[in-house]
Formats: sequence, C-alpha cells, structure tokens
Amino acid sequence: MSSHLLLLVIFALLVSAVFATLSRDEPREQLRTGAMMFGGFIAAAIILGWLMFPLPL
Amino acid sequence: MATKSTAAEGARPASEPGTLVLLCVAAWAIPGAGHFWLGRVQKGVVFLVALTTMFGLGLLLQGRLFPFDLGEPLVALAAFANAGLGLPWIAGRALGLGNGIVTAVTYEYGNTFLIVAGLLNFLVMLDAYDIGAGRK
Repeated sequence: MSSHLLLLVIFALLVSAVFATLSRDEPREQLRTGAMMFGGFIAAAIILGWLMFPLPL
Repeated sequence: MATKSTAAEGARPASEPGTLVLLCVAAWAIPGAGHFWLGRVQKGVVFLVALTTMFGLGLLLQGRLFPFDLGEPLVALAAFANAGLGLPWIAGRALGLGNGIVTAVTYEYGNTFLIVAGLLNFLVMLDAYDIGAGRK
C-alpha cells in the first residue's frame, strides 16, 4: 500500500468524517459538510501538486 | 418569568465535576466512548471507527509511536500527539508495535496517520467535555 494518491484519499476521507461529525449534529448536515471537506482536501492536494510539479526549477 | 433557551437543552449533561473527569478519561481511553456515554451513539460510532482505523493504518504503514524524549522537543511533541489515542496507544506501546522503519517508503505517511489520530481524539475528548458540561 504505497500509492500516494490512495493514502491521500483515505486520509482525507477519515479526517473529513471526524471533522464533519464534530461540527454538525444532524446526519444529513454531517454528510454534506464531510463531502465538501473531502472534495476540498482532494482538490487542494491535486492543485498544489500540479503547482509544485515544475519544482525544483 | 421568562427562561433562557440554550442550545444545551435536550443534551444529557454530566454536570458533576467528578463525572466530567471520568467522562474525559473514558473519551481519551476509547475514541468515541465519551459520546456513547452521553447518548450520542452515531457520533461515537464514527469516532471509534475512523480514529482506530487511522491508528491501525499508521502502524501498518510502518509509522512510529514516538517516545517521550524531552531532549528532542519535536519527538516529545509527536509522542504527546500519539498519546492522545488512549488505550490503543498504550496497547501498541505494550506490544512493541510502532517501532517505525525509517527506510520504509510509507514511514512518514504512517507517522502522519498516528499523530493526526491522536490529535483528533483530543478534539473529540474536548467535544465530549463541552456536551457533558452542557455547553453544546
């Protein structure tokens, strides 16, 4: 299990689940918040990854 | 006379100071136990599953359970974060798990999973305390 992307996805999923459950009381709200956080984690990682792609210059 | 309505209404506060201490100890020792105690079963299940999975994955990924070495402040801080997971951390240390293989390609990933799991459990414990004290 050494795929960076897979580990990133698993990490983002678990952390999103905990934060969403902590911050919302209703299951529907938890699901919505968790999905948004998860999407944000993945999008930020991919965008930052591409931005860093040319480094070191 | 009008009474104030609070967000804590409907919760099951554990108002006694001694009970709150026990609640925090339970929440630290077993992820989600504090929420189970307070009747928030759904939240407790999510915390139990997510945090123990993170801890197990961290060990599988050759992460390290850091020792309390005050001579190396970053190691001591990592040890403090690891200790946030309570009984799984104690069991891991007792069983000699989490030695950490620095040369493993997943070593840093494992450390990240272990450290974040412990820190998240501290947050979960504080959330249980707030609910128990009637603040949430």
